[in-house]
Amino acid sequence: MFWDNVVFLLQNYGNLFLVGTGYTLLISAITVFFGTIFGALLAIMRRSNLHIGPVYPLRILVTIYVEVIRGTPMLLQLYFFYFLLPSLVTVLEMDAFTSVTVACIVNSTAYVAEIIRAGIDAVDKGQTEAARSLGLSGHQTMLRVVLPQAVKNILPALCNEFVSVIKETSLASTFFVGELMSQYRTISGALYMPIEPLVIVGVIYFLLTFILSKCISAFERRLKASER
Amino acid sequence: MNGESLIRVEDLHKSFGKLNVLNGITDQIHKGEVVTIIGPSGGGKSTFLRCLNLLEVPTSGHVYFEGVDITNKKVDINLHRQKMGMVFQHFNVFPHMTVGKNVMLAPTMLGKKSKAEALEQAKALLARIGLLDKIDEYPGKLSGGQKQRLAIVRALAMEPDVMLFDEPTSALDPEMVGEVLQVIKDLVKDGMTTVIVTHEMGFAREVSDRVFFMDGGIIAEQGAPSQIFGNPVNPRTKEFLGKVLY
Repeated sequence: MFWDNVVFLLQNYGNLFLVGTGYTLLISAITVFFGTIFGALLAIMRRSNLHIGPVYPLRILVTIYVEVIRGTPMLLQLYFFYFLLPSLVTVLEMDAFTSVTVACIVNSTAYVAEIIRAGIDAVDKGQTEAARSLGLSGHQTMLRVVLPQAVKNILPALCNEFVSVIKETSLASTFFVGELMSQYRTISGALYMPIEPLVIVGVIYFLLTFILSKCISAFERRLKASER
Repeated sequence: MNGESLIRVEDLHKSFGKLNVLNGITDQIHKGEVVTIIGPSGGGKSTFLRCLNLLEVPTSGHVYFEGVDITNKKVDINLHRQKMGMVFQHFNVFPHMTVGKNVMLAPTMLGKKSKAEALEQAKALLARIGLLDKIDEYPGKLSGGQKQRLAIVRALAMEPDVMLFDEPTSALDPEMVGEVLQVIKDLVKDGMTTVIVTHEMGFAREVSDRVFFMDGGIIAEQGAPSQIFGNPVNPRTKEFLGKVLY
């Protein structure tokens, strides 16, 4: 019975699952791409020495941003961008897909900023001191000594963030943006069949994240191997 | 020693929050001189050394290097640091670069040498410390003593006018101390101006022209090694040497 239904679903609605997978991957890829760029910018801002007296405005701004994003639910942020922002800023007439993607980017940026900051902080301070004592400037030290070592800490965590984002996009189904979970809701609603499509969608999510995780660990092993 | 003054320190103070680590140091280090700094932990030895190339920024006071006040904020400290080599307790070799690249990084990056010249120089320096065969290895493969010798020649590649050693043998296994001290001795023999913070009293006695005994953030006593080790005047020096020379 169960398997018959699964086969039936795959035969008749297979393309919907495929489209859903496509949207899920699309939102995730856009999110990770921009999240990484903006996250890196925030990480740089957080280390900025710009200050007015004892106050470091950039550092404070970034810290507030990161803490607010990490301290509120993702679903709330999706709602915020879906409803509140367009009504506050009427010029931004965002469709569901855009507002959800923006929300994902805003969310991911905060986490990526933290990943990069932690990755840089994890490089021993002695490395910076050694480079500076040789006469390298702060920028040269960052570029040639600190960042190449930080990348080894950052990349694996960044890939894990990709895995998280894939799963988090399921929340976007609240607004029917066409990703996997939206497709589930469409199909199960139309057929009054809650379990079977859920299993199919679950298997797809699992395969996506599992394969990605495996690629990451293979990648991590190669990173480690390159040093010794 | 009455050679030309290379580093001159004037009323140097350094505090970390409420903790006063340096309480007014005025002295100078002459060209070609070898100064070792001894004393109890927390006495300010390392902080003093790190103030000399501004890795620690003094709270007040001045450091003159080759006649320039490097504590002046308008001075480009990076240029002066090129002339002041430093060796750290924990080696701080760059783990993501080969041994050769470690040595070549600063001279090539700072435009002192072309790639080819830097490679020639790296080979010569590494041959001097017996690590030429490791030139394409990563530092992860080296022993502690080898890493520290690498750190020394990495600093030498900038052809500095002074070498600062911050407890260069404190993190080494005992059997590796000798090989590192030997490299420093060779440097001293070649006339390099050297300032060494160390706990190796025998070594301090052997190589120094002058010994600083630091305690409580000041140079509590200083003099020729024969005087400091043979006939210390300050009771704190006596007490300290009594504890470490057994």
